Amino acid sequence: METIGGIPVAPPPTEGVVTAPLHAPGVGDPIEEIEIEALLEGVYRKYGYDFREYARSSLRRRIRQSVRAEGLASVSALQERVLRDAAWLERFLFGLSVTVSAMFRDPGFYGAFRERVVPLLRTYPFIRIWHAGCSTGEEVYSMAILLSEEGLYDRCRIYATDMNEAVLKRAREGIFPLAQMKTFTANYQQAGGQRAFSEYYTARYDSAIFRANLKNNLVFAQHNLVTDGPFNEFHVILCRNVMIYFNPALQARVHELLYTSLVRFGFLGLGSKESLKYMPHESCYAELDPLERLYRRVR
Amino acid sequence: LTPAIDSGRPKAVADAAEVDGLVVLGASKGGFRALKHLLAALPGDFPWPLAIVQHRADQRESGLCELLDRAGALRVVEPEDKDPIRAGYAHLAPAGYHLLVEPGTFALSADPPIWFARPSIDVLFESAADVYGARVTGVILTGTGPDGAAGLAAIRARGGLALVEDPASAECRAMPEAALAATAVDRVLPLAALAVFLAGLPRRGGRS
Repeated sequence: METIGGIPVAPPPTEGVVTAPLHAPGVGDPIEEIEIEALLEGVYRKYGYDFREYARSSLRRRIRQSVRAEGLASVSALQERVLRDAAWLERFLFGLSVTVSAMFRDPGFYGAFRERVVPLLRTYPFIRIWHAGCSTGEEVYSMAILLSEEGLYDRCRIYATDMNEAVLKRAREGIFPLAQMKTFTANYQQAGGQRAFSEYYTARYDSAIFRANLKNNLVFAQHNLVTDGPFNEFHVILCRNVMIYFNPALQARVHELLYTSLVRFGFLGLGSKESLKYMPHESCYAELDPLERLYRRVR
Repeated sequence: LTPAIDSGRPKAVADAAEVDGLVVLGASKGGFRALKHLLAALPGDFPWPLAIVQHRADQRESGLCELLDRAGALRVVEPEDKDPIRAGYAHLAPAGYHLLVEPGTFALSADPPIWFARPSIDVLFESAADVYGARVTGVILTGTGPDGAAGLAAIRARGGLALVEDPASAECRAMPEAALAATAVDRVLPLAALAVFLAGLPRRGGRS
């Protein structure tokens, strides 16, 4: 019997069964890579959606997912349909846009926002907030709830944007699966929530329908961080777990867009595993709460 | 006064050429003990960067990273988005995110869970196989469920090395068995032998 470091090792039971063809190291599947680049170039030139500087690993995964979900055999087959039929584009975009968040995801972030940001916002007569890349809206409603409880919501307008109209439609509805309320409630309480979370929604069948007055000062609009410019000046910008999908060059450009859209001494909130450390804008911000990724523009 | 910002040019991240492969490990139920054992056996100058997915709840403060950090000579860290892949470190997928490999760096995603898991083993393994091909070693440890089987198959299909903890002695046998059902592998070893095998893994990898 073979030994490794003196320990006897039985031969692998599956030895010699199937061996897939070898590829050159480091290049993945070179043909698939060409197909992906052709697809992205085509989608950009035909429709203007630019995914060319997305982080390739997660994008590749999502494209493969679309190929499978459509029952196709290759990325080329997907490209042929997407480029010729806008209905296919819609489904493709949806597959690339959906992220899974939760209300009060990272409760500590909302706790820090209450403690560090809210007191300063109280001094503002009117507060414009941009939630950039809001996906299906869980975190937008979370912020609306927090601001209501702090007595600030009437002074706020929250612009919630996403590149994809289909996820915005869901976000506008403010209806989330009832099954998730247990998690959302726990998050809400950990985030310093002051009431019974069930006061904010009505349960109907499998759905939790959030109270209409939470939508009073929400504006949902289509905006693409990659290709669209600044559209207003904001006191708070939240862009959480959106730029993780971008490569560093695109991240730097989007940070420039956020920076120019933020008033001086305005607040920037990022996702819990994002930071400014590789970005040229790092020195323009002070860390308000380093752990919770809350920053303040200082220059 | 507007500060001059050289936008569009991120600070240097990692020299991608420095990294030419890695060892990826996936574990579910029973994984803490298994990972502790493996980390204790690996020397501080272990030449391959490590990346680990341990199935975990969607919360941040579990202490898992700190506990594993104390297990051996390698530093255990939870990577942030686009952090460099570094030898001497075991990079633990953070709770609530998928961990993916890019050339020279890690990336995170908030995509839906796979097999109810986020982080998912398949996501890490498949992205490692895409980027580093034959210079990836994949290890499936104890656990329940089929996560990791497709990822290990992808690693082996690209010429990488596939290792599985022996189901007979694993705390939970389902995950190793699912991996063995999905792909031919290079070694099936009990934990102790797996640790020795990894510690002796030559600098230049790939199936020989």
